[in-house]
Amino acid sequence: MTAPPAPPPVAAPLVDVRDLVKHYAAERRWFGLGRPRPPVRAVDGVSFTIPSGRTLGLVGESGSGKTTVGRTMLRLQEATGGRVLFEGRDVFALDSRALRALRRRMQIVFQDPYSSLNPRMTVQETLREPLEIHGLAGTVAALLDEVGLDAVFAKRYPHELSGGQRQRVGIARALSVEPQFIVCDEPVSALDVSVQAQVLNLLADLQARRRLTYLFIAHDLAVVRHIADDVAVMYLGKIVERAPAAEIYALPRHPYTRALLSAVPEPDPKAKKNRIVLSGDVPSPAMPPPGCPFHPRCPHPLKSARCRTEVPPLREVPAGSGHLAACHYAEQPMK
Amino acid sequence: MTATPAAALLRVRDLKTYFVTEHGRGTARAVDEVSFDLYPGETLGIVGESGCGKTVTSLSILRLVPEPPGHILPGSLIEFEGRNLLALAPPELRSIRGNQIAMIFQEPMTSLNPVFTVGDQIAEAAIIHQRLSRRAARARAIEMLKLVGIPDPEQRVDDYPHQMSGGMRQRVMIAMALICHPKVLIADEPTTALDVTIQAQILELLDRLQHELGMAVLLITHDLGVVAGHTDRVVVMYAGRVVETASTTELFEHPTHPYTEGLLAAVPRVDTPRSRLHAIPGQVPAATAWPTGCRFHPRCPYAWEKCVAQEPPLLDAGGGEGEGGRHTARCWLVTEPERRQAKR
Repeated sequence: MTAPPAPPPVAAPLVDVRDLVKHYAAERRWFGLGRPRPPVRAVDGVSFTIPSGRTLGLVGESGSGKTTVGRTMLRLQEATGGRVLFEGRDVFALDSRALRALRRRMQIVFQDPYSSLNPRMTVQETLREPLEIHGLAGTVAALLDEVGLDAVFAKRYPHELSGGQRQRVGIARALSVEPQFIVCDEPVSALDVSVQAQVLNLLADLQARRRLTYLFIAHDLAVVRHIADDVAVMYLGKIVERAPAAEIYALPRHPYTRALLSAVPEPDPKAKKNRIVLSGDVPSPAMPPPGCPFHPRCPHPLKSARCRTEVPPLREVPAGSGHLAACHYAEQPMK
Repeated sequence: MTATPAAALLRVRDLKTYFVTEHGRGTARAVDEVSFDLYPGETLGIVGESGCGKTVTSLSILRLVPEPPGHILPGSLIEFEGRNLLALAPPELRSIRGNQIAMIFQEPMTSLNPVFTVGDQIAEAAIIHQRLSRRAARARAIEMLKLVGIPDPEQRVDDYPHQMSGGMRQRVMIAMALICHPKVLIADEPTTALDVTIQAQILELLDRLQHELGMAVLLITHDLGVVAGHTDRVVVMYAGRVVETASTTELFEHPTHPYTEGLLAAVPRVDTPRSRLHAIPGQVPAATAWPTGCRFHPRCPYAWEKCVAQEPPLLDAGGGEGEGGRHTARCWLVTEPERRQAKR
């Protein structure tokens, strides 16, 4: 395989997310009669762009809001605030007909291939449905071939497939409507290592062949390294760091990113790395700490009173680098 | 057997655990002639992908395999301090289970009882096995919560499982397992359900407790990164068989079985730039129909006629580091290494 050519510079990004907010109202205590509780701020002002043909890796732990970002962008859930522009059009302003047309261009591959396929439909039925609805010329056989499945699988039901095969069907279903943009929501985290590598390679091949744009949501920084051009790290509903992939892995400027990287178990017994083990758990997104949301767990030696009171903005460090970090001490990152 | 049997705390020999499948149509040979030793104070990793038999192996040791559909075949041996656990009467087995051999599971939410406080659940084993009074057992439970790093243990002892985070629940599971100071701890994917930063906390805790309490740990995992950082020796399983054993450093430096080699190459790493991953073609076959000959041959890049016809035994792969550190691989390449070179 030859290396894919560097994507040409584009004027407008394909996907432009601006200040996306999703709050979930908390239930009142006492059967709805009690005092209202603060809402859960699942996504709390997230902005990013993805140029056409590129992959943004969105990384975070459970409860960080990464999955909610993907779902609200496709309007599988309605956002509380913010805007999502797709090819310059405001996705949240579309009526249902325009939205249906747009859904052909934006697709999603789910984490769990077991629960995202209809157990009563054969692979063929699952894949034919979107082709018929949108009146497309594609065939089931061509789709199966594209995702590396033998034609005999067309007659099978999901329970007759292995996890990797099911995920290939999930990808084929997303491809069936010829999208430009696919949200891949933890597409390989339920798979075994050897099969995970197959599916990651398939996603990379499809991207090269169809010029696809991906939002790749994952908790695993190692997996993201093998697919993403840019990486954004989320913590408690906010992006705390965003940079080109090579940058962020070489020099993480947010202490949370640094700790996440050091926590990845390396398959090398000789790897003597400077492991940072964070204390405590992630706080509740209903009551995020004041100031920097990461300050109660932050191991940064320069941590100060300022971190407890003043929210650090996501800013470019150094100026003009394209590397953004939300830390008061991003100029002096942790070693 | 070059390993000295007297020194081993736990000896597993020719363990066969089979399952009758749903419609009685076949037998799943989930664990098929598995042998290994666990020595005092060491951590032995059992690594493999889903369906390789690693969890059934761990459940078989404490005879927790549901019967039916499962059964451990005659001729299997699981010896703990010289006693065959498979031959013990239920009361004798109970005196070992949870007392001298304890186990923690992958999913801390489903392994804890939601209607009892964590303190009651931790104390239970001490009341049963060590005949402590309720008051003394509660004090021990608080001590254990402190040991596993739960803040405010005097308050948290009265919490119910749903009031705790996933990481805290796994700490509670560890406290439950360790309250009787077992000689062997079986940890079955103890961090798989947890976030990476919490996983790092729990693994560090297990390392510290093993050091302090001097127990032997059998760590069952699919994660080669966890194996690399937290084990002394490794058993690699594939399709119900042990396919390779070695000390951890030896295994990562000289992986010999093509499955181990492929698995190592398939792991995405944070320290290597974006590149194509090595994938092992195909998938793990069904336990009701293992392939003939070497069970890995349909996915193996080196396989030749002999591999299809005849299953290799565990062969000495050299490079061992004395007793217990013998490097073995179930692969004919050991006898014909030039075939590996030819493929490269």
